[in-house]
Formats: sequence, structure tokens, C-alpha cells
Amino acid sequence: MPQNEYMDRWRRLHGRRFDHEERARKKEARSGHKASEDAQNLRGLRAKMYAEKRHKEKIQMKKTIKQHEERNIKSATDKDPTTPLPNYLLDRKNPTTAKALSSAIKNKRQDKAARYSVPLPKVKGISEEEMFKVINTGKKTHKKAWKRMVTKPTFVGPDFTRRPVKYERFIRPMGLRYKKANVTHPELGVTVQLPIISVKKNPQNPLYTQLGVLTKGTVVEVNVSELGLVTASGKVAWGRYAQITNTPENDGCVNAVLLV
Amino acid sequence: MATVIPPPNKRQKREQLERTQVHQDVHATALEAGSFRVRFIDNEQNQLAEVVEIPLGDASEKNVSLLLNTLLGRDREDFTPYRFRIHVPSSDTIIDTYPTPAEFMSILRKHGVNNPFETTLTLSAEPQAVFKVQAVTRMSHKIPGHGEAILAAQFSPRSSSRLATGSGDNTARIWDTDTGTPKYTLAGHTGWVLAVAYSGDGNRLATGSMDKTVRMWDADTGKAVGRPFTGHSKWVTSIAWQPFHLWEDETPRLASASKDGTVRIWIVNTGRIEHVLSGHKGNVSCVKWGGTGLIYTGSHDKTVKVWNAVDGTLARTLSAHAHWINHLALSTDFVLRTAYHDHTRNVPHTIEAQRAKAKERFEKAATRQGKVVERLVTASDDFTMHLWDPEQTKPLARMLGHQKQVNHVTFSPDGTLIASASWDNSTKLWSSRDGKFINTLRGHVGPVYISAFSADSRLLVTASKDTTLKVWSMATCKLAKDLPGHDDEVYAVDWSPDGKKVGSGGKDKAVRLWMN
Repeated sequence: MPQNEYMDRWRRLHGRRFDHEERARKKEARSGHKASEDAQNLRGLRAKMYAEKRHKEKIQMKKTIKQHEERNIKSATDKDPTTPLPNYLLDRKNPTTAKALSSAIKNKRQDKAARYSVPLPKVKGISEEEMFKVINTGKKTHKKAWKRMVTKPTFVGPDFTRRPVKYERFIRPMGLRYKKANVTHPELGVTVQLPIISVKKNPQNPLYTQLGVLTKGTVVEVNVSELGLVTASGKVAWGRYAQITNTPENDGCVNAVLLV
Repeated sequence: MATVIPPPNKRQKREQLERTQVHQDVHATALEAGSFRVRFIDNEQNQLAEVVEIPLGDASEKNVSLLLNTLLGRDREDFTPYRFRIHVPSSDTIIDTYPTPAEFMSILRKHGVNNPFETTLTLSAEPQAVFKVQAVTRMSHKIPGHGEAILAAQFSPRSSSRLATGSGDNTARIWDTDTGTPKYTLAGHTGWVLAVAYSGDGNRLATGSMDKTVRMWDADTGKAVGRPFTGHSKWVTSIAWQPFHLWEDETPRLASASKDGTVRIWIVNTGRIEHVLSGHKGNVSCVKWGGTGLIYTGSHDKTVKVWNAVDGTLARTLSAHAHWINHLALSTDFVLRTAYHDHTRNVPHTIEAQRAKAKERFEKAATRQGKVVERLVTASDDFTMHLWDPEQTKPLARMLGHQKQVNHVTFSPDGTLIASASWDNSTKLWSSRDGKFINTLRGHVGPVYISAFSADSRLLVTASKDTTLKVWSMATCKLAKDLPGHDDEVYAVDWSPDGKKVGSGGKDKAVRLWMN
């Protein structure tokens, strides 16, 4: 770090090197190669710092690209919208994105088969050996008793209190508990993070449903009150089912799709 | 170590509480025996009657209203119900809702009037409509028919038995609301019908469409009248009829606003363009034809322009908004729309008499401090509204409070209230006298698109994206009735001028009629 503005002063007194422009151009031209080399070869703290810097740059880059794209799209969507809209909604940017959900639900309900159709009808089974890990417990001398620890992510309700340690059969590790899910609305194509209310059904085993195990294909109830959805009778809908689409134990997050 | 007295136990606490409550009650009843002096004023701050003394126990709003009528020397048949607002002495506060006799003292005390017996209270009396509209409570009919979303709806000024709707299926339809059946299908447009407007006498219906034309229909037979009015280069956003009392020798005129930035004035009988009002630089979102011969237009170029209808010249440009103007409303909208049709249903037989009655109604509604002047309110995308006196280029008031774009504003038929519907899921009420905020109506969970007052100004119905209509009471500023039933967004709502029915339509394609 310069302790003074001596570089600037020198430049003002003597001007730049004669080949400055060329050097700058070449450096710029090779910057991609340099970045690639750094990314591949840096180790340790420097690699970390470099990765962080690069991450920030990329975010910035993506934002800029998106801005440019939006600017381009605007001219493309200037033409009239396809669904009829009243005068006061005509020139608005995205008035049609939020199609009222309630009607969609109503239509679905009418065809009875839809009641049992979920996005993921079949999932791979998980054996109890994989699900539970046995832990020996008890007094130091015997360690005869044993408990089972759930090795998969779980949802534990806010009102859960542990049973006395002696009678506790299952351990659900704190680190694998989830309270929120990233829920996608299939028709709107929007994803919102919503609090989980309960686990409705785990297709593997009724026991897993009781334990609140979150695996792929599990149906959970999520709190949709902040989406402002309304039921056919005009009440605000707040609990709605969603099915988990990813494998939370591998991904570290819960992604789900709303059942409509 | 000092001895600490144990805290009182539950029984002791309960007894203590009971003692204090009993004591307070005795105190309150003792006070209620008093009386207070009252000065009545009207909207323009003129004193209405002598100062009188009223016993506190009898000071209900109904009694005071009766008293005022007697003081004014009215016959029993001419009694007008009044609504009172209490002006707190020696401060600017006004209590909007009149309390019951039991609450009277406590409310006054809350506002710092400890001894009203020695001061004179000022009550501003607002005459209410002599008729009363019942809040609609149930869906009477669901009439399918339109093939696409319903974009506009308006009741006929004559009665509540005809409703016209414009739809995305390129037709407008007239419905017989008494039987809940379709009456006429007005086919002819080649684009969505964005605007429908009945003429003041209710004989003709004008529709404006996405296909850049305005068409004229006979409201009684459902037949097209004349050729379509062509001239606009983009779609028609809004239509305004010339007020009935300004019609000259049976040649009504019509103003249509368009996305192309112009407003065209048509002579309805011939379909000829009389004037083209060009000057706006963007989409003209709303046009209104005032009863004093001025045309008001609001545009996406952020300005409101006031035009002389006779020669088509620009009178004034009102610019104060920072974003699009979405909608504008006149304090006389209701009387201009209904012309000579009022709650008595006495329709004059000759055209001269009809014109005279329409003019009289208009002047009664527009007179403020002896001057016939309309008020204008504009709703904008900059989250604010402005209240204008069209004679001045500076707004009378700026109404702040909404947190998102304001989509729609309406004046109450008696011209005292303004309701604004906004994207922030709320409707707000404002005083039309000075643009002061009165209350917020919360309840919708989606943007509120449109609102409509009942003819007696006591109720308001709002339509929202959340698929419901809600009826609000203006006296209490509370929800009077929730009306679910639509399957999808509600785009259009109208309360019939006689107050019997509410018609609504939206994305779910069926017209719904609501009754008490």
C-alpha cells in the first residue's frame, strides 16, 4: 500500500511510460488466463480469499447481465398481452404472473383423480438400518441400553419437549432439523421460503411420519399466509401441502413443490 | 433484614379490582345527569340554529338529528337525517364518529374536555340521504355467458334492472338483473371491450374497445346505432358522455380517451369528430366530462389537463404528480351519471323538464359556498392523490398514506367522502373538504382494484384481486359484509344508482349480482 501519493505525483511530473497503453491492453487481454491460473493453482488462505473475491465479481456480473436482459426484453413484450385485462392493468409490467390460485385448486378438486396425484408418485425405499444409527447408552458401567438416532433431516414442531432421557427412544439431532422449506408454485414458477407446519406423510413408513423425517417425496404442510392466497369461500388460506422434491440429507436444504 | 409484606393473593386482587370498577361506574352515572350546550354548523361553517342545551342522557345521534330538524322548522315529512362530527373546543381536532350517550363523556375526556357543561360544543351536521341503502349480503345470481374475462360493468342510470358489461370475448352484454338472464349481446367489436358507459338518459350505451373504435348501441333494443366511430390509432381506454343538462337540441357528445394520447369528442348522432384534444404525451388513462362544460383528462405523462369542451381548447394543465395518473374522479360524478333519475323515481315527461331537473341536481351537488364548482381528485402511481379545484393550477391538498400505487378513486354521491383503492391491499377514506385522512379499510389480502359507493353514501363496496368483494360501512369504517363467491380476480364492480343491487365481473367470466 503506498504511504503517500508518490505514484500519482510521479505520473503527473513525468507522464506514463510510453508503452503503458499497450501493456494495459495486454494485461486486460490476459486477465482471463490469469484468473483461470489463480483459480486452479492458489492454495490455502489465498485460494479462499481469491474465491471470495471471484464470487463477488460473479454476482455483480450476473446482476449486470440480468439488467441488460431485462432491458432487451422490455421492447419484446411491448406488444399486447394475450389474456384480456381491464384498462387499468394494461400497461403494468407483469400483471398476469399471479393467476389466482383458488380457482386452479377448485378445478383440480373437481377431477377426483387429482386428489392422489402428486408430482413424485414413487420414491426409493430407505431401510431402517440406513435411517437409524444405534447408540449405546446407560450408566458408565453397563452401557447396555441403546437408543436410535435418526440420520436423516427432520422437522420438529415448536411445541416439542424431550421426554425424560431414560425413556427417550429416538434422537433427532439438532443439526439436522429444518424449519423452513423452499416451496415452488408449479404454475406461477415462483419459489418462496415458507415455514413448515407439519409433516403429513412420509411415503417410506408411518413411523417416519410420526418422527417428522424429511426425505424425498415426503408431503409437508407449509404456511402460505404470506402469499395472500384465498380459498373459494373468501378465507385466507394459510396451510397448504407441498411435496419434497430433493434429497435434503444430501443437499442441506428442503425444496418442495406446492400441491395444487 | 426488613420484613416484606407478602403480595396480595388472587382473591384480594380481584376484590380490589371490583372495588375500583364499582367506584368508577358510580362516578360515571353521576356525571351523565348533566347537560351540554351545542352549536350546530353546516359544511361551510355557517351556524344553523341557536345554541341549545341537551341533556347528556338523551344525546344520541338520532335524537340530536331530530332536534336539529325541529330547530330548523322542518315538517315531519321533510326531516333529513344528519351525521354529526364533534369539534373539540380550542383545538383543531374533530371527532368523526359520534359516540353513544354512555360513551360521550369518556370520549370527550379523552380529547381533553373535562367539563363540557361550561363550554359550547360545536357539531358540524352533514345531511345524509333521506333514503337508506341496505348492504348487499348475498349473491342472487351468477350468470355465465361471456367467453372471456369481464373488464367493465355499469348499471343503467334508469333502474337497477339493466347491467351492461364489456368483456375480453369482444362483446358487450346487457343483462336483465331482475331475472338474472342475458338480455342482449352487443357483438361487433373486434377487440376486447374495455369501457362501457350509459348516456345520462339511459337510452344509449357506448362501448370502447381494444380495436380502436367506439360503438354506439340502443340500450332498449340492443341494436347498433350508426357506424363505429373510428379515428383513434390505439385502443380506447375510457369514455365520458356529455352531461345530460348540457345536451343541445338532442345532439349529445361523447369524449373518448385513448392510449394514443388523444381525446376525441364525437357528435353521437352523426359519428363525426368535433374536436381532437391532443396535447398529452402518453396514454390518456381517464377522461371525465364535468357539468360546467370542462373536460378533465388524466394521463400517463403525469399531467391532468382541463379542456373547454365547446371549442376544444386547453384551459389548464395541472401538474403535481410524479408518476402516471391512473384515475380521476369528480365530486359530481354520481349526479352527472344519473342525470334526472333520482331516488323518488319521478321522471319528468318533457325533455325541458328533464334537463331542468338534471341541471338542478347538478347545481345542488356542485354548489360550495354559493359557487358552482366541482372538485377533482386524481390517483397516481406515485402513491399519492391530489385534490384539485379545477379553477386553480395548484392542488388544494395532497393525500399521502398509501404504500403502493393508487388504482382508483371515487367521490361519494353526496360529495363528502373520497375513497381510494390501492395496490397495498387497503382502501382509504378521505374528507373531500380538505383532503384530510379519515380512516383505512383493511381486510383485502390482494390489491384493491375498484370501489363503488352506494347511492346514499353510507356504504362502499370494493373489488379486489383476492377474489372477494367487501362492503364497508362509512359510519363505523368497519367491514359490513364480506362477499366471497368469485373464483378469480374481480375486475369490475358497480352499485346500481337506486342502491338495490351490486354487479360484479372478473376473470372467472361470470357476472355476479349481489342483493340484500
